[in-house]
Amino acid sequence: MNIANPPKRSDQAAPNPSRSTIDDAEIEKFGKMAEDWWNPDGPFKPLHALNPLRIQFIRDQLIQHFQRGDPLKPTPLRGLTILDIGCGGGLLCEPMTRLGAMVTGVDAADRNIDIARTHAQRMELSIDYRCAAAEDLAAEGLAFDVVLNMEVVEHVAEVDLFLNAAARLVRPGGLMIVATLNRTAKSYALAIVGAEYIMRWLPVGTHDWLKFVRPSELARSLRTANMKIETLTGLTYNPLKETWSLNERDLGVNYIATAIRTNRLPA
Amino acid sequence: MNDKNDVDIRADVLIAGGGMAGMTMALALSHADVRAVVVERQAPTGMPKLSFDGRTSAIAYGSARIFDGLGVWSAMVDDAEPILDVRVADGNLTEGVSPLFLHYDHLELSSDCHDSVITPDAPLGYILENRTIRRALADAVENSENIETLAPSDLASVDRTAFGVTGVLADGRRIKAALAIGADGRNSPLRVAAGIAATDFRYPQTSIVCTVAHDRPHNGVAVELFLPGGPFAMLPLPGQRTNIVWSENSELVTSLMALDDAAFLAEVSRRFGDWLGALTLAGPRFSYPLGFLHAERYTELRLALIGDAAHAIHPIAGQGFNMGLRDVAALAEVIVDARRLGLDIGDATVLARYERWRRFDNTLLATMCDGLTRLFSNDIPPLRLARDIGLASVEKIPPLKRLFMRHAMGVVGTLPRLVKGELL
Repeated sequence: MNIANPPKRSDQAAPNPSRSTIDDAEIEKFGKMAEDWWNPDGPFKPLHALNPLRIQFIRDQLIQHFQRGDPLKPTPLRGLTILDIGCGGGLLCEPMTRLGAMVTGVDAADRNIDIARTHAQRMELSIDYRCAAAEDLAAEGLAFDVVLNMEVVEHVAEVDLFLNAAARLVRPGGLMIVATLNRTAKSYALAIVGAEYIMRWLPVGTHDWLKFVRPSELARSLRTANMKIETLTGLTYNPLKETWSLNERDLGVNYIATAIRTNRLPA
Repeated sequence: MNDKNDVDIRADVLIAGGGMAGMTMALALSHADVRAVVVERQAPTGMPKLSFDGRTSAIAYGSARIFDGLGVWSAMVDDAEPILDVRVADGNLTEGVSPLFLHYDHLELSSDCHDSVITPDAPLGYILENRTIRRALADAVENSENIETLAPSDLASVDRTAFGVTGVLADGRRIKAALAIGADGRNSPLRVAAGIAATDFRYPQTSIVCTVAHDRPHNGVAVELFLPGGPFAMLPLPGQRTNIVWSENSELVTSLMALDDAAFLAEVSRRFGDWLGALTLAGPRFSYPLGFLHAERYTELRLALIGDAAHAIHPIAGQGFNMGLRDVAALAEVIVDARRLGLDIGDATVLARYERWRRFDNTLLATMCDGLTRLFSNDIPPLRLARDIGLASVEKIPPLKRLFMRHAMGVVGTLPRLVKGELL
């Protein structure tokens, strides 16, 4: 890949004929790395480094939205139902379960679900893992207090279709949290050239810059799915301190949006 | 993999060793609802007796803050003597004390009190008898719903995997936890079993520890006299008593310990001097061999070492237990931070944070104390002159002196929340 010139949109994977939002090439890619999900020094090292901050963000958003009181008390999320879409090896599902939530994790790669299920079993955590797409659960008529779309949107085939299915899974008044990568020159420099080619944090090809989503595109897409964005926060990395922090003024690369499901059912 | 039914006791952490470090660790975690099982070889009732441990500990100001944050300081403070003044001097038995000496007064830090950690008239630290500390900790541990103490009890093995630790007791019972903490002393069986190497050597010195009563009040003054055989420390205790930590050539200690009380007291008085009037022995004498130990790593898969299991140093600066308490405060903080995010508390990233945090501070102090011991425990004239000038120079450079004082008070570096007087 010529890193000086971002590829044109023409090389995007063709939409799946069954109108599923799952991108088969992406599933194949992550399935191969599945063994390494729980290795903090493996290919998912950046995700392990980012995990504490995004968990804290999710925890605090949920505590605030569902009025749960003191975040320092054990199991502040007791009783909340959470769906984690694109759960991978369960890096978010397990902490959310320990915080008291009843968690369902779905992933399109069955290898990921195997790893996640085995890991949770050995950690003695009860989590409902399924190899499924968002649309499958929506078809079952399931609804959750919270739907997490963390670092998933940039890997799906059709963002609008995917978010519409995900929104149907949020009960009215519930929350969806979306974390993804912005499509900017800066994100190309940092997330593709920096993280994959220079730092070798991620295997080359982990991300496809053309699939990154601008906050405005996300907002429009969510609005048509009857979701209203409440907060929009950037996540920035300090390479000297090797730490991540929240930064409301820099949405240029990684960002997280919190959206509330309005009462009307999506079309 | 063990079947769930094979487990008799479940906890978040398994702490090997119920000494001062282990009990403080369990207590710190209990405040954040992290449940601990403490396995201790000694029967709990045997420990607070004077015959078990005649030593005292210098509790640095920062360490007192840790105890206060855990709610146990109030049970110790009545038996704690504040150190208001420290005098350090070099001397030998024929020429007496060198005129160049170092003098630390707690009021000197008042000019430094614009930071939030030290209050204006804070003492430099406190001297407490170890049995006082043990008793206060044991009472608090017993009253905590989050701590289960198994004592006397022996750990036959601790099996650590990527998914958890399983401790097997000598009686066959099994304990399952997410993390094992080695608070099992200088010879730490957990450290040895984990294959963690350590720098480990003995000094040719042994410490004699005893307590004397005297006619005149000590006014909270601690004195450290550097004699050729080793440092002779006079540590103020409540009630016109002074605890002596007398490090001396090990061969000489054998004969000193064999003396009758009158002859032993005469040897003590020769070194102590008459500044507090006539002395009488106020309890038995003990001797402890002195050594240095520093583990190459403090952590391994689902294992963290604290206190003497990670580092044991010469008592020259009274820092050993304070280092251990800062280990406890830092490890408790990283565990609790992980727990509040629902993360696995035994995860490698959690332990790496502890290792990074504590290694620098401990390496610095351990190396300094070893250097001091070697520099002062001799009577070689050029070295004596050099160290006397060194002591006097520190005395003449207030910022350097204040930095040394802050080090001794345990309030330097990235401070754990407990040391800052915050809630865990």
